[in-house]
Amino acid sequence: MKHVKAINRKAARIEHYGRAETNGSGHAAPADEGIAGGASGGSGGGAPSASGGPKDVVGLESRGPHIPLGCSLVFSPGWEADSSGGTAGLCQPVERDLFDCHYGCFWPVQVPDQLNHSPDWTGKCAAAQKDWRKIDLIFP
Amino acid sequence: MTTLVKREFHPFEAAGEHFLYMVPSAGVFHIDQASRAVLDTLEGREMTAAELVSELGTEVGADAVVDAVAELQEIRAIGPGRMPPEKPLPVLPPAGFPLTTMVLNVTNKCNLSCTYCYEYGEDKIVDTDYGSKPKFMSEETAREAVDFMLKESGANRVAHLTFFGGETLLNFKVLKKTLAYARTQGALLGKEVEFSLTTNATLLRPEIIEWLVDNEVGVTISIDGPQESQDKFRVFKNGMGSYELILPKIKELLRRHTSRPIGARVTLTRQNLDVKSIFRHLTEEMGFWEVGFAPVTTADGRDYAIEGEGYDSMLAQFSELALEFQEAAIENRHHGFSNIKDTLEEIHKGVSKAYPCGAGLGLMGVATDGEVALCHRFAGSEDHKIGTVRDGVDRKLQYGFLEKHHVVNKTDCHTCWARPLCAGGCYHEAHTRYGTTTAPNLHYCDWIRAWTDTCLRVYGEIASRNPRYLDRFDMENRVPA
Repeated sequence: MKHVKAINRKAARIEHYGRAETNGSGHAAPADEGIAGGASGGSGGGAPSASGGPKDVVGLESRGPHIPLGCSLVFSPGWEADSSGGTAGLCQPVERDLFDCHYGCFWPVQVPDQLNHSPDWTGKCAAAQKDWRKIDLIFP
Repeated sequence: MTTLVKREFHPFEAAGEHFLYMVPSAGVFHIDQASRAVLDTLEGREMTAAELVSELGTEVGADAVVDAVAELQEIRAIGPGRMPPEKPLPVLPPAGFPLTTMVLNVTNKCNLSCTYCYEYGEDKIVDTDYGSKPKFMSEETAREAVDFMLKESGANRVAHLTFFGGETLLNFKVLKKTLAYARTQGALLGKEVEFSLTTNATLLRPEIIEWLVDNEVGVTISIDGPQESQDKFRVFKNGMGSYELILPKIKELLRRHTSRPIGARVTLTRQNLDVKSIFRHLTEEMGFWEVGFAPVTTADGRDYAIEGEGYDSMLAQFSELALEFQEAAIENRHHGFSNIKDTLEEIHKGVSKAYPCGAGLGLMGVATDGEVALCHRFAGSEDHKIGTVRDGVDRKLQYGFLEKHHVVNKTDCHTCWARPLCAGGCYHEAHTRYGTTTAPNLHYCDWIRAWTDTCLRVYGEIASRNPRYLDRFDMENRVPA
């Protein structure tokens, strides 16, 4: 980190865990209380960022129970504004449930044609919250 | 885009630099100008990263703002504006948590009559005069206590046994035998036992001093300072002061006993608040290695209770001693103000407490009849008993206590930035003041925050000017085998 520097031991551990999280290596325990040694490379499909490379997307994987953020009825389909008119609670189908949005929502999320063209589109995606990186790109 | 707001931390300045003390993680971070600009801009506002860039980009550079925002998010100094409030659950320590320190009340009798005494004074919890507890712990109970301690210390290689009273040395006979027994039993189990005791020094005599030296027993002397301070409250039953009697004994102890640091522990009262001159007297004139101060534990309104301006004066003097400590640390010199040393160590390690102290967990007190209490201050209290040395700890009582006293359950502490270090303060103090151990000590909140801020600034100063000094706190870490 360039603008924030860890001073005490706890801060060093936070920095280490933060780096591991950004790198997609989960919450691997640091070797010796987290001060020495860098985080290992990403295992979840993301590129490491410590060296300045592109950062992995982790925003949709925040810990804790996932609270469905809901769509807006005022400004459909929930991509521009949330139910309170702000932008903090925008509809996030990937985080919530890709298929629920696809089938259940009156403004369905755009997914490929799984009946004819791309039947195995989500073959490797058992749970969208965890496996969304494995969803194939589709070129019609 | 997600809007960002400031999250919980305490900013402080030291050595001309800016730092954040993160709550509740207790991490200490140095922040640069770009990070400061982001935090200042977010003061009382909710903004997206893009808005921050457009507002600060020309001043500190767009790239710097983007990076600073990411880093501040990583350490949780800022975060999404519309997150549901976090509701942390009390996470209890795992079963079988080892006992680190056992405090053995070898007697509840004392040869002094200190007016403010929590064991004999107006605020006592146990009837020490006419109660049912024996006045002295028997050899047998002490041996059972040692067995209890060794068993409860679990996988720890070192156990710590503190002898306490009453006046500890009134039961020297049992003390001697208990120490020898603990050494032998510890050795059989491959454990080391460390010993310490607290005494008022009146009964120190050459034979006892030799025993302390030979056995490397750490000694803490309860003393209130120069003669006029000491003789105000620390008196014999006939009202005679104890200073003249103890002075030569303490000097002899300090001369002979050099294997362990000898500390003084001072009780501050409304009438005895000249912290600096007490410190000078005890260190420079008497030769104590360390001096620790504690305000008297008392119910509100007692004659000796510290109130209002008294707290301000105490804080101002603590701060002056803290600055002296800081300058000494920067030059790698020793300074004996132990209050700040203990807090600096906690800051350095990033201690974030679920409980104000180890009472009922890593530390337990044993009464003269072998009952196990939360700590020595509750020894003998029926309401604060969690087991006996014979039958062990009643886990249901212990975990009931731990659940009830977790900082998460102290609503008053939820918005306080000092809670990682304070966690509501001493149970005994709370019991004396508010009648319950679960109450946070609201009467000294402002004091604790101001003192913690002082300690943080001293920490920042040392970290900037002589970071090697802080290594000693890593060295003192005891790792269970």
